[in-house]
Amino acid sequence: MAYSNKVIEHYEHPRNVGSLDKGDATVGTGIVGAPACGDVMKLQIKVENGVITDAKFKTYGCGSAIASSSLVTEWVKGMSVDQAMQIKNSQIAEELSLPPVKIHCSVLAEDAIKAAIRDFQQKQGGAPAGEDEPQH
Amino acid sequence: MTDIKRPIYLDYAATCPVDPRVLEAMLPYFSDRYGNAASRTHVFGWQAEEAVEAARREIATSLNADPKEITFTSGATESNNLAIKGVVEYLAETGKKHIVTAVTEHKAVLDTCKHLERHGCEVTYLQVAIDGRITPEQVAAALRPDTAIVSLMFANNETGVIQPITEIGAACRAAGVLFHTDAVQAFGKIPVDVEAMNIDLASLSAHKLYGPKGVGALYIRRRKPRVRIAPQIHGGGHERGTRSGTLNVPGIVGFGYAAKLAREELASESARLFELREHLRRRLVTEIPHAIVNGSLEHRLPGTLNISFAYVEGESLLMGLKDIAVSSGSACTSASLEPSYVLKAMGLDDEMAHSSLRITMGRFTTREELDFVADLIGREVARLRDMSPLWEMVQEGVDLRTIEWTPH
Repeated sequence: MAYSNKVIEHYEHPRNVGSLDKGDATVGTGIVGAPACGDVMKLQIKVENGVITDAKFKTYGCGSAIASSSLVTEWVKGMSVDQAMQIKNSQIAEELSLPPVKIHCSVLAEDAIKAAIRDFQQKQGGAPAGEDEPQH
Repeated sequence: MTDIKRPIYLDYAATCPVDPRVLEAMLPYFSDRYGNAASRTHVFGWQAEEAVEAARREIATSLNADPKEITFTSGATESNNLAIKGVVEYLAETGKKHIVTAVTEHKAVLDTCKHLERHGCEVTYLQVAIDGRITPEQVAAALRPDTAIVSLMFANNETGVIQPITEIGAACRAAGVLFHTDAVQAFGKIPVDVEAMNIDLASLSAHKLYGPKGVGALYIRRRKPRVRIAPQIHGGGHERGTRSGTLNVPGIVGFGYAAKLAREELASESARLFELREHLRRRLVTEIPHAIVNGSLEHRLPGTLNISFAYVEGESLLMGLKDIAVSSGSACTSASLEPSYVLKAMGLDDEMAHSSLRITMGRFTTREELDFVADLIGREVARLRDMSPLWEMVQEGVDLRTIEWTPH
């Protein structure tokens, strides 16, 4: 299958690969997916004064899954937590020109950022943001 | 190293280039000798028929069969359909409606069996062991008084694993049940002897042995026992009524010549491919941690390697291997994200099945190419593992099976 140039670019030069200290109270970690499905994403954010100052990812999955997570880490840096919560998978899919069979990769990236934010909020002792459960 | 032509083709189990010698043999039958092999009234037809019969003799010789036992088809998918449907339909009035096959067969066999199930047949799907093999005892135990046919492949297309065909053939013969084998991957690469192996029907394809696409054959035994099948394509009564349709003369000429070359070069070429395969395998399993060969190493086609690199997903690995043409056991392009059914049937964990590559070497593969490939795979696996959360967890000592995943 043919990949879009943006997917190839992120695959060959992924942004923000790595890990943050998951024990740090200012770090939120989201791990979504399953090895059996062929993709697992780990996305981490560092939040200071309500703003995401750093983001890292690791992804086991196809090129589109790697590109989706790489793109999201780029986007969320500098965003407030509330802004990051608003990221929709359709925006990711559009930016990367994902074909229909790869839409689930963008859904997973949206799930990953939301899971990371929830983890951060729980660490802060606050209630998790009351967003809709991802539907899939 | 620098003059290696890229991309490097290592997908010979999918198809082969036509050998230049085969192409040369075919060319006159497109231009000067374009006759219809069924034309009995002029020299054009006679020439074509003569060429077809010469090809039939070559293929029969390669199988230790009689030329009359070879029926030309459009390829192995048709041959598999013709063998199984043809036998079952012919035996229908005897009440024999049971078929024995295996879960790791090619779709051309499995889907044919599924079709027959919808039309009143019963099918036993034998399970394979972790090495991909079936035992003759399993086959014998599955046979029933109403078993019409056993269909088991000679060598698997994904793993190259070779079944104990001689013993399976003997078990079927002892029970008086017809034995069909999809010999597409084996024919021309390892000896296939229908007499010694008690094979009653065998499917063959030209393009897997450096012949053209669109031509295949079905071996149908004529003596001890005489196998009768109901034709599935009706018309002018070509191929003794077994398969109607104007013969693909250039294709058949190419098939015959390709079979002759493969037979003459079989011993030296299989030894060469075995050495190449082992060179690549040794490099991969020693240089890359957690690289695991799938299926029996002992009972395997010489030029086939199926190998998983744990914690790396196959499709992303293929994307990084754009200078080489190989195939992946992972089919992430489908919405269901199903990994290879062959590897899953062998009991591989999903993540190992998702992480597999099939590398198949052939007549034009060189050691220099494989060294380039081993270097490239090593680099890409390391790069993707640096990016893999599973690899990270394993390095931290986490047992992945203890984690509650969120399947989607």
